[in-house]
Amino acid sequence: MSPVIESIGIDVLFKGNNMMRLLSGLMAALKISMISVVLSIVIGLVLGMLMTLNKPAIKVVSRIYLETVRIMPQMVLLFIVYFGATKAMGLNLSAETASIIVFTFWGSAEMADLVRGALISIPVIQYESSYALGMTGLQTYLYVIIPQTVRRLLPLAINLITRMIKTTSLVMMIGIVEVLKVGQQIIEANRKSSPNAAFGVFATVFLLYFIACWPISLLSRYLEKKAA
Amino acid sequence: MDTGALNSYLPLYVRAFFLTVRIGWTGIALSLAIGIAGAFVLHFKVPVLSKVIKAYVELFRNTPLLVQLFFIYFGLPKAGIAIPAETCGILGLGLLGGSYMTESLRSGLDAVPVSQTESALALGFTKRRIFMYVILPQAVISTMPAVMANIIFLLKETSVFSAISLMDLMFTAKDLIGLYYDTTECLFLLVVFYMIMLLPVSMLGSFVEKKVRFGIYGDQV
Amino acid sequence: MDPILTVEHLHKEFDGYTVLDDVNMTVNPGEVVVIVGPSGCGKSTFLRCLNGLEKIEDGKVLLDGKIINPTGVDIAKDRQKIGMVFQSYDLFPHKTILQNITLAPVKVQGRNKDEAVREAVSLLERVGLSNKKDQYPRQLSGGQKQRVAIVRALIMHPEILLFDEVTAALDPEMVREVLEVVLSLAKEGRTMLIVTHEMAFARAVADRIVFIDGGRIVEEGRPDEFFTDPRTERARRFLDSFEY
Repeated sequence: MSPVIESIGIDVLFKGNNMMRLLSGLMAALKISMISVVLSIVIGLVLGMLMTLNKPAIKVVSRIYLETVRIMPQMVLLFIVYFGATKAMGLNLSAETASIIVFTFWGSAEMADLVRGALISIPVIQYESSYALGMTGLQTYLYVIIPQTVRRLLPLAINLITRMIKTTSLVMMIGIVEVLKVGQQIIEANRKSSPNAAFGVFATVFLLYFIACWPISLLSRYLEKKAA
Repeated sequence: MDTGALNSYLPLYVRAFFLTVRIGWTGIALSLAIGIAGAFVLHFKVPVLSKVIKAYVELFRNTPLLVQLFFIYFGLPKAGIAIPAETCGILGLGLLGGSYMTESLRSGLDAVPVSQTESALALGFTKRRIFMYVILPQAVISTMPAVMANIIFLLKETSVFSAISLMDLMFTAKDLIGLYYDTTECLFLLVVFYMIMLLPVSMLGSFVEKKVRFGIYGDQV
Repeated sequence: MDPILTVEHLHKEFDGYTVLDDVNMTVNPGEVVVIVGPSGCGKSTFLRCLNGLEKIEDGKVLLDGKIINPTGVDIAKDRQKIGMVFQSYDLFPHKTILQNITLAPVKVQGRNKDEAVREAVSLLERVGLSNKKDQYPRQLSGGQKQRVAIVRALIMHPEILLFDEVTAALDPEMVREVLEVVLSLAKEGRTMLIVTHEMAFARAVADRIVFIDGGRIVEEGRPDEFFTDPRTERARRFLDSFEY
């Protein structure tokens, strides 16, 4: 091993199955993100459509919901659900379940807002010309409005995936063993043999997240350009 | 809820609140400084530098703050760069926010139509004056909602500071829950203080958005 | 001969403000009625009431003797019989020209796709746009888009066609190509109700002119009478405003 690699502590990653452990830690976080993304997109689509209806009750509730998500850090929500639910309702949620609940709660609001925005950005006259052709409300949605909405929505929804992945890094704070936690364990275990491991390991984690998110960001930007 | 507990924890939360606000807003100021500089470099296509700024923006927009902080706080000292926790928090938030601000402000500058420059040129303005009096004011106004959204996002991100042992609101809540198990009271105070920190900014943001009526909803995270 | 369209005592308000007041009208088969009037007089709103895009506060609209109810279950069926072309053409941006035209006949009327495509192509030929069929709306000029919008309405085989200021958003050189299409439709005996600001065109195409001002029908009559010797002072002033 070259002295440079040792001195910046990248050597630990080549010891035993450390690199594999780090990757499986990343997978644990990605799994939570993916489940939450799928749930958020489904729930967000329905909520977003509901929000375009002119029902005062829906408006008030969705306004409070969106504002809560807008101003409460995900960390705080995570604490409330993980620690609060256990105490208040006697529920014994696993950390994974708590994370998925919180990220879906957050992601659904984001998604609903995007869906609402995309729907109301379709000019009224698109509805009217569909009606004038004799289409029913359902047909208008199916053939005219939704296809146009999806085009505007797709890049934003994909962007939500990268945001979700980045946000799931928080789960280590409620004790889930993900990539940062595994990193800490590796550094701890090799403190004597590789005292500088913190630099190499955390730099690697940094890069791993970048590798996970960057292609998705690029895809989102590409689709956005195409939709414009 | 136990009011006695609330009263006894309150001073701890107040202290943590001021720490969080101080680090948060200093970080935001730094992020604006970085953002303005970065946006200029990208808008005027400064050679070499604009490549560097682009790489920086991509790197920080596509990684979580928590991971950035771990690298700065725990990793960098091993390479001989030791930074105190509070500075780390400011630096981390500033660098993360800087990447978002750069993007928002650049798109604001780029969005001012060329015809604006041309009609100002036709009126005999110099390029520098056109930038100061025509381009910049329009860009600032049109990016206000995005900048506000970024500020809200950054204030929320302060919640990860506890990971580098800064005694912020999250840290205080977690610590007290661990010590006394007054979960409900501790979480209640946590929510209240985050509301005090974010609600006014959020309302200002909505107000600005209505005023500007610009069709974008920020581009946070 | 029974009228195709009958409007009885139509009353329309927006937020308590009366837009149309006791409007009565009949349109007979093959008749071309042109509605003129100052901006904001309610003539576009009137057209929109006819196919139920606007609810009406009082009165009724009858198509073939049957009431048009904007919130009724049959409204989509009724609208198939009423073709409408809007000022801003409003093609569907995500579909090609051919898809724009065949969407409704295939999905709404359940017609055979090949048959719809054949008819679409022959209609496009008629308006001189068959070479554009695989392009998207954004690739066409305003006048071309408006001709496609007319074809999109025609393919539904409507009993009556409503034209809402179809040339108002067009550059002057494109107005003619659209008006020629409308004129040729009039010649083949289509029933049409046209709102327009093009007075020369109105005179050429109309069997009857209806002048609306302040939400009421002020005057109606044969085009030569209306344009040369209007009976009311308001119509005279309106016509004077076109001369300079």
